[in-house]
Amino acid sequence: MHVPDGFINAPVSVAAGVVAAGAVAVSLRGARRELDERIAPLAGLVAAFIFAVQMLNFPVAAGTSGHLLGGALAAILVGPYTGVLCVSVVLLMQGILFADGGLTALGVNITVMAVVTTVVSYAVFRGLVKVLPKKRRSVTVSAFVAAALSVPAAALAFTLVYAIGGTTDVPIGRVLTAMVGVHVLIGLGEAAITAFTVGAVIAVRPDLVYGARGLRQKLQLRVGGELVDAAPEPQLTPAPAGRTRTVWLSGLAASLVLAGVVSFYASASPDGLEKVAADKGIDAKAEPHAAADSPLADYGVEGITDGRLSGGLAGVIGVGATIVAGTGVFWAVRKRRTDEDSPAVTPRASV
Amino acid sequence: MGAGHAHRLYRHAHSPVHALPPHTKLAAAFAFVIVVVSTPREAVWAFAVYAVLLAAVARAAQVPAAFLLKRLLIEVPFVAFAVLMPFVAQGERVDVLGMSLSVNGLWGAWNVLAKGTLGVATSVLLASTTELRELLLGLQRLKLPPLLVQIASFMIRYGDVITDEMRRMRIARESRGFEARGVRHWGVLAKSAGALFIRAYERGERVHLAMISRGYAGSMPVIDEVTASRAQWSYAFALPAAALVVCLLGWSL
Repeated sequence: MHVPDGFINAPVSVAAGVVAAGAVAVSLRGARRELDERIAPLAGLVAAFIFAVQMLNFPVAAGTSGHLLGGALAAILVGPYTGVLCVSVVLLMQGILFADGGLTALGVNITVMAVVTTVVSYAVFRGLVKVLPKKRRSVTVSAFVAAALSVPAAALAFTLVYAIGGTTDVPIGRVLTAMVGVHVLIGLGEAAITAFTVGAVIAVRPDLVYGARGLRQKLQLRVGGELVDAAPEPQLTPAPAGRTRTVWLSGLAASLVLAGVVSFYASASPDGLEKVAADKGIDAKAEPHAAADSPLADYGVEGITDGRLSGGLAGVIGVGATIVAGTGVFWAVRKRRTDEDSPAVTPRASV
Repeated sequence: MGAGHAHRLYRHAHSPVHALPPHTKLAAAFAFVIVVVSTPREAVWAFAVYAVLLAAVARAAQVPAAFLLKRLLIEVPFVAFAVLMPFVAQGERVDVLGMSLSVNGLWGAWNVLAKGTLGVATSVLLASTTELRELLLGLQRLKLPPLLVQIASFMIRYGDVITDEMRRMRIARESRGFEARGVRHWGVLAKSAGALFIRAYERGERVHLAMISRGYAGSMPVIDEVTASRAQWSYAFALPAAALVVCLLGWSL
């Protein structure tokens, strides 16, 4: 499942890296709300769980077996933000330690397998839980549907990335049907396992399942043969999250725009999308628009007659720009965190 | 937990590559892979030069060729995918041994194979010359958010514990005569996975309490700050710099 190096071209890989970095930064903020200060050990242990459960083999039929991808499971059990973080950390460690998935493809892998699966599955799950009656059964049913949809969604996202920056011109339609077709089947397996697992956890510790928080019932006491509501538990005040969130969202939007601009250069090289366009004769019109839009396009193409060199130059500029932007994001994350940490830390030290 | 304190992929030795500060190695590995991926696929010779460069690094790091090659096997699923490419890609076709293959597909397969293999080899070299703890220190040093590094370090520290817990559960199932043979048994396996989640989560809660009782206040104390001298940086970046020269030659030739 992990994308290796060289599968997606360099500018798009870097752009996906920027998107992934933005998503991880947003999740770091969100996960603080889901797990407060217990985040480091708990998210770490859940990541270890995802890592382990990916090795649990589920036999399908004679000889073949499948395993869980875990994005949907993580989102439903510990919440979407922590889910993104856990799966991203697993992917990061798999890439660096086990050479599973290329280092340059890390951004693509995190975007497709951590962000898309978790976000899609959690959105579907939340929507279904709202609609269905408030019962445990509806949580498992929603988990099934959410997991079943998350895997083809990831395949779709991968196909999109491939259409923008794939290095071979396998026609996109064929990639799409093959990817989505296979992953609908994988998704059904994932859905069954996810639903079973969520059901098993709900049966034992329903309080641990993030997605089942709405099911919590009020504590009632029987006083003189009548049910009386017990005193309500003190509500925890949620962490303030207004001002900085807009900064993060605008950062993410900026990186998405950047990704769009950079991927532009990518499609200037003969790739799948362009090939399809050429075959269908639709690129004759599209080409002049494509080159005129951006200031860098002139820069890359005009002075140099050698097509490959100019394309490469534009690519290098794109890579440079995104690297600078990526480092900027990381710096900002660090700065903000250290600034914010210092006051918040003191009360905890006294515990 | 009887595996000692190094991860299975680490290979202990005293070499100049092992001695380099971890963040220089990480940065160099990333830079090298980016350069490799940016190289045009038509410059076949460039990839040969990259392979020679990596072989030189492996030699300097005292990593035997057999060890490296065995680790490369992780790539096999993608080799299968690459082999399919010439058959499904479109465009001009050539006849090879009586089969009609797409020229573009052949280039694409070569592209994925060459760059993927070099990428895997780079990761393997990095993992086999850098200890886990060092790797995490290096990531922190490279300005990865500290919280993310903490999560990663907990994942690494407890990964073996949780995997082992899963193994014990499997042994317990098997010793009671259970053998998963098909879809019908998924329920049992999923219950194990659920139990594993609860155990992992509860362990996390206990770890957190233990940390608080030892004075944890949101950040891990940095005991050994890693630093790199200019000489070490330039030594580490000899690899990506050499690769960059090759890459630029590949674009201009």
